[in-house]
Amino acid sequence: MGTKSANLFWIVLPLFLAVPGLSWGESARNITAPASERQAELANLVRQDCGSCHGLHFEGGLGVPLTPAALKDKPAESLRDAILFGRSGTTMPPWKPFLTEDEASWIVHMLQKGLF
Amino acid sequence: MRYFLLIPLFHMLFALGGCASTVPQRGTGDLGVVIERATGSIQVVETTHRTSLGQITGLGDLSHASLNYSRDARYAYVFGRDGGLTKVDLLEMRIVKRVMQSGNSIGGAISQNGRLIAVANYTPGGIKVFDAETLDLVADIPAIDQSGKSSKVIGLVDVPGNRFVFSLFEAGEIWMADLRTPSKPVVTKFRNIGKEPYDAMITADGRYYLAGLFGEDGLALLDLWDMNAGVKRVLNGYGKGEQKLPVYKMPHLEGWAATGNELLVPAVGRHEVLVIDQNKWNEVGRIPVHGQPVFVVARPDNRQVWVNFAFPDNDTVQVIDVKSREIVKTLKPGKAVMHLEFTPRGEHIWLSARDENRVSIYDAETFIKLGELPAEKPSGIFFTHRAHRTGL
Repeated sequence: MGTKSANLFWIVLPLFLAVPGLSWGESARNITAPASERQAELANLVRQDCGSCHGLHFEGGLGVPLTPAALKDKPAESLRDAILFGRSGTTMPPWKPFLTEDEASWIVHMLQKGLF
Repeated sequence: MRYFLLIPLFHMLFALGGCASTVPQRGTGDLGVVIERATGSIQVVETTHRTSLGQITGLGDLSHASLNYSRDARYAYVFGRDGGLTKVDLLEMRIVKRVMQSGNSIGGAISQNGRLIAVANYTPGGIKVFDAETLDLVADIPAIDQSGKSSKVIGLVDVPGNRFVFSLFEAGEIWMADLRTPSKPVVTKFRNIGKEPYDAMITADGRYYLAGLFGEDGLALLDLWDMNAGVKRVLNGYGKGEQKLPVYKMPHLEGWAATGNELLVPAVGRHEVLVIDQNKWNEVGRIPVHGQPVFVVARPDNRQVWVNFAFPDNDTVQVIDVKSREIVKTLKPGKAVMHLEFTPRGEHIWLSARDENRVSIYDAETFIKLGELPAEKPSGIFFTHRAHRTGL
């Protein structure tokens, strides 16, 4: 049973990746997930340091909420850019000195899926 | 026969002994609380032998948590990010009462007479005031500006006369709520005080309320001895034309160091501590430091000031000598130093290193490390002498 669904996963996955416009397909094609050690570092950064404005559980604070529901209709690219370049006129700073584009995209993906 | 009579007596003595051990006979003057932000727990600590007395869990989301103490310094009122207000008994080491009072809160204050707890809320914006004994709601003051918009409330402090002062982030206003009659709060509003006040402090004497502005350079000053003069702008246009650095963590102003005639405050978006003359309210100096300051805290004797920094420089703490305005020590206590707290008379300082999962204790004169305590993602450290200080 387990192997069967795993096989199915590998058959279905490329289909998603091939369809443009699907946000997960889009980001999956463009991003490389960081190495596991870096993932842990980034998860800590997001939860603790982003969390100081956005809340430890991303329910918002001085910054806007970052829950999957709050981010549902936001394009992944503009969220990635908000992380990298900040948002002028708000308190959101640019994180580009500390993150690669791929890492920012990965963070957006994880936030949108509620995986942090 | 006599022997049998004695047995129940022994039982009674044991029972009494049991009670005494759950509520230890001790003062609370050397107690404190360490916030464990990620696990929604706190540790009760004591500073005489530098030990942890125990952990209390179930306080909700404690990111950016702060607290006030009851006037007998036995109870802590903990304000959680999730809008939770929790009353904790430090001696019995248990939660006495917990209410969810809003969706999202940022801090609180206790009234001069100790009977009222005010909480500053983001969502919905405003303050709510509770009975300190029962945590029953006493007053609700929504932060709605003239255009009908709700603002996040920041920089809530108590001032003499059972009044509270706070600032509205979006509206750029400072409000004073007079709760001498708790059921009928009288609110005085000061408008156009500056763009985006992000935090505020009250001087230890309860006279000057100062709000830091994020949206522009400068500070908003309210003299409580001369309320008719309104809110003045001080250090206006400070740093004009200079490129600000991105701010990865908002400075906290609660710990602004008032050292007699001078006030040392963190500069927003700069690697500097500002020195302000407290009589003329102008800038008299800038001290270059290692990063963007977050907390600037004076040792109780005001001779030295300790500073921690925003990400990515938050592994460092510096000590400024107030007289010479020079940095006399740079320490690396560990990754992500969140907060610093002096013991009541300032012989020791406790530092929380969030990403090291520990609290480190230093001698505040020799800078020698005295020890450390394990803690789960520690942030704020609050000792009970705050119970008797205006604004804390």
